[in-house]
Amino acid sequence: MKEIRIHGRGGQGSVTAAELLAGAAFEDGQFSQAFPAFGVERRGAPVQAFTRISDAPIRLRSQIYEPDYIIVQDPTLIEVVDVESGAKDDGIIIINSDFAPEDFDLDTNARIMTVNATKIALDVIGRPIVNTVLLGAFAGATGEVRASSIVNAVKGRFSGKIGEKNAEAVQKAYDLMAEDK
Amino acid sequence: MTVIRTLDKDKMDVAEGSYAVAHAVKVCRPNVISAYPITPQTHIVEDLSQFMADGEISNCEYINVESEFSALSALVGSAAAGARCYSATTSQGLELMHEVLFNVSGMRLPVVMTIANRAVSAPINIWNDHQDSISQRDTGWIQMYAEDLQEISDMTAQAYKVAEDKDVMMPAMTCMDGFILSHVYEPLVLLEQDLVDEYLPAYEPEFTLDPKNPLTFGAFADPTAYTEFRYLQQQAMDNALPKIEEAANEFYEIFGRYYGGLIDEYETEDADIILMAMGSLVGTIRDVVDKLRAKGVKAGLLKVRTFRPFPAEAIKNAIKDAKVVVALDKNISLGLNEGSLFTETKASLYNTKVDVPIVGRMIGHGGRDIPEKTIEDIVEEAKGIISSGINTESKYADLKEELL
Repeated sequence: MKEIRIHGRGGQGSVTAAELLAGAAFEDGQFSQAFPAFGVERRGAPVQAFTRISDAPIRLRSQIYEPDYIIVQDPTLIEVVDVESGAKDDGIIIINSDFAPEDFDLDTNARIMTVNATKIALDVIGRPIVNTVLLGAFAGATGEVRASSIVNAVKGRFSGKIGEKNAEAVQKAYDLMAEDK
Repeated sequence: MTVIRTLDKDKMDVAEGSYAVAHAVKVCRPNVISAYPITPQTHIVEDLSQFMADGEISNCEYINVESEFSALSALVGSAAAGARCYSATTSQGLELMHEVLFNVSGMRLPVVMTIANRAVSAPINIWNDHQDSISQRDTGWIQMYAEDLQEISDMTAQAYKVAEDKDVMMPAMTCMDGFILSHVYEPLVLLEQDLVDEYLPAYEPEFTLDPKNPLTFGAFADPTAYTEFRYLQQQAMDNALPKIEEAANEFYEIFGRYYGGLIDEYETEDADIILMAMGSLVGTIRDVVDKLRAKGVKAGLLKVRTFRPFPAEAIKNAIKDAKVVVALDKNISLGLNEGSLFTETKASLYNTKVDVPIVGRMIGHGGRDIPEKTIEDIVEEAKGIISSGINTESKYADLKEELL
């Protein structure tokens, strides 16, 4: 089983990202589970959301303490939240930032990867909404889900032009990170 | 028969728990829905409102009200008039319904209501435990607790089947852990309309309010007759015990899914240590049992799926050969310092030949997370009870001493 924790701020779509990831993993033939850190859904406040992915049905209902992967939607969260908490030594932390991974001084042995998701979102979608972009980056960096499954999940949630633009941004982030991998 | 799940992914969708329940309600073809939104039940009634607005539930009225008390009161009249009725609530909303709960069961109205279980105030807390529904255990409602989304979805149809049975005619609560199940996304088969139509016939009550044939529901019963009304309600609960099993078996025949009726046992056959629990915690315990078994620890799980009527015989048979039983409770009876599953299991063993040490451990109140480690520690402590007897009969297993 792989466990993913998504850090964001209320309004950034962290919960949506966790749900889309669960949908994508299921389309890939895996079982999945997505849930929010309950009850803190205030705009701007630090929030977390979680996804589990497994090849067997998932029965565990506890929160996630030692994630395999961590996604950070807003790098300013690092000053207020221990985003690296519980990260596994062989895990990956993906941060939305135009800085290089070595610019981040986190207390972890996990690999840090960065992607300028905000720029991709602005360029492609025209708005600084990075949740779907980071899912593309996640797929590229980890190989845990297929990019096409993320794209399908995104298109299933957002119809029409918004869906198309999001899908394009997902693919762009995927390609960038897959090169890095 | 053990738990049988569909693993046919072509039939499954990844959906939110609240949506799964709302969809299940829809395909049960209710005639009247009345509810008042309250966290974490809100998504259920939002989804149902959306179905209504989209014309997806025919022959149904959604009555907007100003409180939970009114929501259930509206259903008293509707159900008495012969409507299949639905509501959903939690926590303070359920406590506000307290008086009406007795009326619904006393009038023998088979209303089905989902409880998105949440702690009660004060202090205010929106997270999961079972204090809200357990506090209503004596109101004459059937109470069933679900482990995952597939089960709470399927339980909705089963609840109508049992509640509306002519030998039962009692209301039912289907309980799902707030947030943990109401807000989780996971794959499930959304309850199938064609199969539900086969499983659940239209509601045809024997007695209804009808101006052409006037009847009185909930009329005055003085001391010459009141006891007999209560006796008959208890008899209906007794009747519900086999009907719940039948409803689960018949569901399996039509849908191919089964979770137990009154209880479900997991690795209990040769178990030295049996953990008892209700709701979503059961899933976590299954994982812990597997890990412990791999290490040679003979641990097992007794899932109590139906809490009212209390399945004393089924529980007794399941635990009689264990060396120690631990009942885990997400509720406390203040002044007794015990959770209800523990109290009632212990009581049901007295005056029987079954003599198994049993302890109660209260856990996960107000949404305190229950990691596997907490369960493993409880099992470790239970090993000591086998060798040296009971030290503490009932206590919190996850108390933070440093906060006291």
